[in-house]
Amino acid sequence: MTLATGKVGIICCSGEDLPEGTISRVATRLVLEKLRPDQTVTLCLPLFLAGGEDERSFARVFPTIAVDGCSKKCAEAATRKFSGKPVATIQVSQVMKKYPHLKTKSREKLTPQEMKLARKVAEEIAKKVDEILCKTPRK
Amino acid sequence: MEKLRVIVVPCSGIGKSLGTVGRAATYKVIEQVKPEETRTVCLALLTMGDSDALKLVRKNPCIALDGCPAQCSKKNIEASKGRLVHSMIVTDFLRKNRNLKPEGVIELNEQGDKLAEIIAEDLSKKADEILQKEK
Repeated sequence: MTLATGKVGIICCSGEDLPEGTISRVATRLVLEKLRPDQTVTLCLPLFLAGGEDERSFARVFPTIAVDGCSKKCAEAATRKFSGKPVATIQVSQVMKKYPHLKTKSREKLTPQEMKLARKVAEEIAKKVDEILCKTPRK
Repeated sequence: MEKLRVIVVPCSGIGKSLGTVGRAATYKVIEQVKPEETRTVCLALLTMGDSDALKLVRKNPCIALDGCPAQCSKKNIEASKGRLVHSMIVTDFLRKNRNLKPEGVIELNEQGDKLAEIIAEDLSKKADEILQKEK
């Protein structure tokens, strides 16, 4: 098997208890649906944790980025435990430090400000995808 | 002693809108309808063995709210030896409400939101029943 398909897996924590979990989820989908639809797939973390062999095999073979809401880094830890070390980890709470004016408190529907933060996180994920696939960033 | 609460754990599946419907229904209950009687926990944190998360689901009654029949939330609560007292699947509600076609993961469409409301109503009733039995 080769890595010729040019796909990168993204596995996000979707943490239900924290707004950062929702940001991780929305940012991941923004990359999948809008920023890098042809280069990325999402891996379902609950399925991965419940023993989903397809998800685990993908992360064993293809480069995978973990997107975590907080410093507990559950997505990274799960990938490491069941498939191997992810090639990169993006932590929402770290990205937030770069944009202190963007506050987040919603867990369900994101406000325009929170959506802006999700886009910033998505841009960081997309940049990492480009680095992994050795491509120049799209304009 | 900390008050007993019903812990609602949605699967948050990210591949289809069903996971988002479950997640939205959960927030309607824990944030709007029964904020004092219910709460949630990060499923990934629980499954990775966080001690506070484990303590929470072993002490309090839990409802698993799964998007699809893979039932990842239910399986992960059971694997964590949590007090699973009820489980619900979004696809069961979808079968009873065939006119509703949920779409969207980033944001649910109106029909998805309506389905989440229907599930939230059921979830809320179930939480009441559980707490009544626990008294």
